[in-house]
Amino acid sequence: MMQEGLDDGPDFLSEEDRGVSFFFPFLISVLSLSSYCVLCMCVSTLPNFKQNEFSVVRQHEEFIWLHDSFVENEEYAGYIIPPAPPKPDFDASREKLQKLGEGEGSMTKEEFTKMKQELEAEYLAIFKKTVAMHEVFLCRVAAHPVLRKDLNFHVFLEYNQDLSVRGKNKKEKLEDFFKNVVKSADGVLVAGVKDVDDFFEHEKTFLLEYHNRVKDASAKSDRMIRSHKSAADDINRIASTLYTLGTQDSTDLCKFFLKVSELFEKTRKIEARVAADEDLKLADLLKYYLRESQAAKDLLYRRGRALVDYENANKALDKARAKNKDVLQAETTQQVCCQKFEKISESAKQELIDFKTRRVAAFRKNLVELAELELKHAKGNLQLLHSCLGVLKGDT
Amino acid sequence: MAASSERSPPPFPDSEEPELLEDSDEGADAFTGTSISEMDSPSPDSTRPPKDIFNEPPEDIFSDPLSNINSEPQKKVDAKIPSPSSDEAVDLFSDPLDDDSEVMSSPEVQNPMPDLLNEPVEAPKSDVLGEPPVSSVKKAASSEMFGDDDDDEDLFKEPPKVVTKKPQPSGPPVDVFTEVKSDVKVKPQVKDDPTDLFAEEALTAPAPKPSAGSSSSRTNGVHSEEQDLFSEATVELSLDSPRNDRKNKDAVKPSVSAPAAPVASSSSKAPSKTLKELEEEESEDKFDLNISITNPEKVGDGMNAYMAYKVSTQTSLTMFRSKTFTVRRRFSDFLGLFEKLSEKHSQNGYLIPPPPEKSILGMTKVKVGKEDPSSAEFVERRRAALERYLQRVVSHPSLLQDPDVREFLEKEELPRAVSTQALSGAGFLKMLNKATDAVSKMTIKMNEQDVWFDEKIQDVENEEQHLRKLHVMVESLVNHRKELSGNTAVFAKSVAMLGSSEDNTALSRALSQLAEVEDRIEQLHQEQASNDFFTFSELLADYIRLLGAVRGCFDQRMKAWQRWQDAENMLQKKREAEAKLLWANKPDKLQQAKDEITEWEAKVTQYEREFERISATVRKEVIRFDKEKARDFNRQVIKYLESLLHSQQQLIKYWDAFLPEAKAIV
Repeated sequence: MMQEGLDDGPDFLSEEDRGVSFFFPFLISVLSLSSYCVLCMCVSTLPNFKQNEFSVVRQHEEFIWLHDSFVENEEYAGYIIPPAPPKPDFDASREKLQKLGEGEGSMTKEEFTKMKQELEAEYLAIFKKTVAMHEVFLCRVAAHPVLRKDLNFHVFLEYNQDLSVRGKNKKEKLEDFFKNVVKSADGVLVAGVKDVDDFFEHEKTFLLEYHNRVKDASAKSDRMIRSHKSAADDINRIASTLYTLGTQDSTDLCKFFLKVSELFEKTRKIEARVAADEDLKLADLLKYYLRESQAAKDLLYRRGRALVDYENANKALDKARAKNKDVLQAETTQQVCCQKFEKISESAKQELIDFKTRRVAAFRKNLVELAELELKHAKGNLQLLHSCLGVLKGDT
Repeated sequence: MAASSERSPPPFPDSEEPELLEDSDEGADAFTGTSISEMDSPSPDSTRPPKDIFNEPPEDIFSDPLSNINSEPQKKVDAKIPSPSSDEAVDLFSDPLDDDSEVMSSPEVQNPMPDLLNEPVEAPKSDVLGEPPVSSVKKAASSEMFGDDDDDEDLFKEPPKVVTKKPQPSGPPVDVFTEVKSDVKVKPQVKDDPTDLFAEEALTAPAPKPSAGSSSSRTNGVHSEEQDLFSEATVELSLDSPRNDRKNKDAVKPSVSAPAAPVASSSSKAPSKTLKELEEEESEDKFDLNISITNPEKVGDGMNAYMAYKVSTQTSLTMFRSKTFTVRRRFSDFLGLFEKLSEKHSQNGYLIPPPPEKSILGMTKVKVGKEDPSSAEFVERRRAALERYLQRVVSHPSLLQDPDVREFLEKEELPRAVSTQALSGAGFLKMLNKATDAVSKMTIKMNEQDVWFDEKIQDVENEEQHLRKLHVMVESLVNHRKELSGNTAVFAKSVAMLGSSEDNTALSRALSQLAEVEDRIEQLHQEQASNDFFTFSELLADYIRLLGAVRGCFDQRMKAWQRWQDAENMLQKKREAEAKLLWANKPDKLQQAKDEITEWEAKVTQYEREFERISATVRKEVIRFDKEKARDFNRQVIKYLESLLHSQQQLIKYWDAFLPEAKAIV
């Protein structure tokens, strides 16, 4: 399963990002023991790890903790923090499974097995996706020149016991919520400030628009894929009904039904694969860049904040000079702010350029793969239909 | 059914008054002579005397006269076959009738001959019935109507041989009968039965060799069981039959058509016509009638508006005035046609293809008449459904012959069909009728004796259930596909927007290309959805309706059975009443009771024969339906798969075009 997860996982990182330039330090794959536990296996050639190969079991919450530790670290204010993996959503599947268990008596055996298979496939798909998302996060961190040296990251990878991070309690969640409100209000204020640097000004407008568009596209693609999946499900059900129709009797018509049912069974597999691949290659890509662009926006916000701070510090310094009071303190503050702003600006510029190259590469890779997969499936389907039509026509 | 068909007593339905009995008896003994004397039948004394007269050995009748008579009437009949008029046929019989017993045997032999040519199996039955021309024609016709299928020919492959032997050398028939006699205990009845059997078996079941007498232990068993039945009910009737023949002389038609069940009369309005039909049908094996419905057009305004469809027919059939003609019909005309057809034919067990349902909602939309896609779809859907409906009607060999169908196709103006309004008083009555039907259906407990029907009814029910399920699923597939198409369109727009805001030119270009691809895919999904709908879903909907009609046929059969059973019960009651009267020694009322019994006995036989006929018809109809279903499904599903194939091809084309664009991203 691990292999499969690797093969099919979304891969938003181009080869370089993975770290060819960094001597390919990590090979990370993620395994799941239960839905929330993820086994991380790392192979590292970097000197600052104790061993070359090691593995730990991590939970989703621990990933979040790692992400939050990056966000909270002032040091990293100038970087695009890799977005945290989304929380896996197995609830829907579980619910379905439960329903299936309850309804076991009321349906025929074929229906039951078919439903079960369907559910298992769905479960597996969600699972793979989750694993892939977590993997991407770690890979991104590992590929980042600064973040991969982070102590927390090393602890996360090496410490072979429970990190005992707990989920946030209610109070903390409330705090987070207020922080977010303040931040977004602030963000509006900050966004209104005219940037001195054209590059950042441009990036800001671009990212704002891009984020909205990608959000829209992601939602739409989700809906499209969902209806595609329901269509595939329908085909599946049609196949099984045709099958029952076909097994009723042994007339020619029934044989005909059986053949058609077989065909439908196969086409629905392909159709489901198409939907799943679109999901992996397209929807997940869009979703990832939704989060990534959010992270980039956050970076810009931090820089904007720093800029506003710097300007305020300047003003304060002017005031202090005019009043000739606390000049030294104001000067130091101004100095600090200036430094901070410059540092952020410097790294942010690089980060944003990286973001763009990464994005283009990821889109290229995924779109090419998407097209190839679509072609593959369509051709497979065509083949199936051809052969089935051949058989059916030969029959008549 | 197998049993019931064999059970059939003297197969001659007769409702005539017993007064005639005395003079007509002579001929009767050809069939029943010995039996009557042997059996202690409770039949009225009045009928007794004649029996004695004819108690002489039946062998004479068969062996001697046969050889004499056979040779000449055969030729006669041969010559007559093509001419379908019943009168001549009747003449045939009416002459010989005068010569007593000889005559009686002769028709038996004669008739197979003409029928042989078309439908050998039918003939014997009619002979036995003693109402030769009409019934034989009718029977033959009814069987022929469906006889154009290969299966049926198989069915009858054997019979011809047997039958051909019979009439020609004149010896063989006797053999057949003598064999039979040895098999079965009661001679004379056997005489009746084998022939009867013969007809019924051949008609209904692929069954044992139609030389029934010799075959099937089953029949024998049944006979012995059935003996009482015969002894009770048969005697008089078999006595009647010759009398009937007598009567034929002076009044051919009435005597025949009156007993031949008013119910059935519609199917056999004019014997001559049915025979003609018969011929036509054979020539129509290669069916040549193309009907297409085009140009739906809104006529009128507001709520009185309706859609008129152009019905164009193309045919080489001679029964139509010209080769191509078109008429304009509205939806209710189609419904009216169905009403007429089902009124006339459904009680005979014909499968009348049901028209599409009336849809007030859909039509109202059309009437209100914005040019919106859903109402256009509705009209197209209805047009296609009506076209299929008409094609089904005309592909039914006997419905095609119906004057109403022809009128519908040819006549410029049709009287407005009134009773089709869903909400009208007539509609309400119809609903009421349906409700009572449903109730009676529940109350009738028919103990099915025919395995074939038993299974078929079950099958049809199951199939309908599955088809319904399938239909629901295909509908949901259609909906999901439409949804998918809509969502794809939205997504395409969204991707286009994303592409426009993307600042990498190559990626931006690729994204807008992707948007274009998605746009095309949306079209594809749209097309596929309508293919799903028109070729697959509508097919299923049609067959769900048709299966409903099939069940309707079964119900008709059940009703016939019920009528028969009721009559049987009534007869029983009458008999009991008579017994009471006898016991109470009231001779004045006795005669009346006897009359009633005769009347009811006649009814019982008549109903039973009706039931048998309807069973046979229904069976043929269902077999025909099955065949047509297989063909339809085959054709439509292949068409559907081809549409899928096409869309996959398009898909490949689109993505193929996109791939280099994606690769061009730098």
